[in-house]
Amino acid sequence: MHDRRKHSAATLLKHLVHSTIIPVSLLVVWEVVSRYHVFSPQALPAPSQVFLKWLEYARPHEPYEAARTSYIAWLFSGELPHDLWATFFRVFIGFLIGAGLALPLGLFMGNFERIYQLFNPLIQVLRPIPPIAYVPLSILWFGLGNPPAFFLISLGAFFPVLMNTISGVRNVDAIYIRAALNLGASRMTLFSRVIMPSAMPHILTGLRVGIGVAFICVIVAEMIAVNNGLGYRILEAREFFWSDKIIAGMITIGLLGLAIDTVMSRINNYLLRWHRGMESS
Amino acid sequence: MDAMAAAGGNGVPIVRIEKVNKVFRSDNREIVALRDITLEISRGEFVCILGPSGCGKSTLLNAIAGFTLPSSGTLIANDREVTAPGPDRAMVFQEYALFPWMTVAENIAFGLEIKNLSKMETRSRVDALLEKFQLTDFRDRFPKDLSGGMRQRVAIARSLALDSPMLLMDEPFGALDALTRSSLQDELLRIWVEFKKTIVFVTHSIQESIVLADRVVVMTYRPGTIKKIVPVNILHPRDISSPWFISLQQELTEMVMEEQERSQKAESDMK
Repeated sequence: MHDRRKHSAATLLKHLVHSTIIPVSLLVVWEVVSRYHVFSPQALPAPSQVFLKWLEYARPHEPYEAARTSYIAWLFSGELPHDLWATFFRVFIGFLIGAGLALPLGLFMGNFERIYQLFNPLIQVLRPIPPIAYVPLSILWFGLGNPPAFFLISLGAFFPVLMNTISGVRNVDAIYIRAALNLGASRMTLFSRVIMPSAMPHILTGLRVGIGVAFICVIVAEMIAVNNGLGYRILEAREFFWSDKIIAGMITIGLLGLAIDTVMSRINNYLLRWHRGMESS
Repeated sequence: MDAMAAAGGNGVPIVRIEKVNKVFRSDNREIVALRDITLEISRGEFVCILGPSGCGKSTLLNAIAGFTLPSSGTLIANDREVTAPGPDRAMVFQEYALFPWMTVAENIAFGLEIKNLSKMETRSRVDALLEKFQLTDFRDRFPKDLSGGMRQRVAIARSLALDSPMLLMDEPFGALDALTRSSLQDELLRIWVEFKKTIVFVTHSIQESIVLADRVVVMTYRPGTIKKIVPVNILHPRDISSPWFISLQQELTEMVMEEQERSQKAESDMK
């Protein structure tokens, strides 16, 4: 027992070295190259400089005054927390609208052949248009600010959720339907207790892809339609040639994306704990 | 008298099949799955339907279950003409057909929830069935965590929960290893006696049909007709090494082999 634990500590260390060796050496090379001015520091700032800029971007600008604000509010009063919140808020609302429309439509289209035949041609025509191509129209229709952003983001989330929901419902194994009918299930029970859960793996895949596309759309929307958020901030930094701030912003975007995907994956694993291939606990 | 011997049909029909035909059409081809099937199954009887694959034995079972309706003829079960599937004809499938997103207990409770039984009543019925099938320790597990034999026990428990007078079983033990299979056969016979069910059991195992059935219905390859009905008037438990068993097994093997050869000939003719 003791031996095995030692062994696993050694493999853990090995694993840690394995997974960090490439990023760490890349950072070292990058730092050295920048220090010796191989490229202009405006094009490629050193990682240490990016990190300092990131701290400056994140920290509060005013000194803390207990009389004016609470400590927590002060701590998050910097520019980065505001941008982070604005971006998260947009992607969340946009995703909610897009998925909220796509999910019921997908369930209906998957379940009723008539509705499928009615809507499918239109969807096949609209689906190949990348959401980004809606940028001009979205500004014409909604002007500037959050509305065109919500429109683009929800559009990005809409189709992946819709297509996956339809195929999930249409591909329910016939044996489950027969078993449920044999047990006396009504149409309603069949739908809510058999078809829905059976389609869940597909639906969750759709939601995960959908939020990924929504996240691309939020950055694009912020670059064109609003004046805050992470997407807006990195475009603004370019006007001042602040490459360190651009990279700091990009890294923040990446971390937010990672956080969203991790949460989605946790929800996925919980809801699909019955599924083959999922570890039982 | 042995308790096992008390079981068996009482002569009152629970299923009446009269001149049933079933024709499937696909790509301008007609397949006569069932032709002129007439069969009565009495309450409490254990009937095995035996035949090679493609003989229409599953079609016949699906017709009783109400999944496929006959092209012509009458099919009456529980004093009513069969028009749709329903919980008065509980089915156990070869692929178990447990809902993988429900736990063992939820699977067994599903039919009872549909019946709108109270939570208390459902719970006590489910607990009793879990106990009977030695599944109590697995009540909160998902089907993926169970062995094939256990899954099939859950499936049988699920159909018993409905209190249906009959159990329709479509090669339920076909995917199991020999040992599990024989222990489930014993368990099924116990249930049959205890719950006084009528069981219609489709199989392609000759031995299985002799171990279980009051009557073995042997079917022909396309068109599916009844070749012969062989009664097995022997008390349970039946010894598979006894002379009567072996001679009956030989008799049935000859009949099934004849049909098997016809099916192989038909398939090579198609090529």
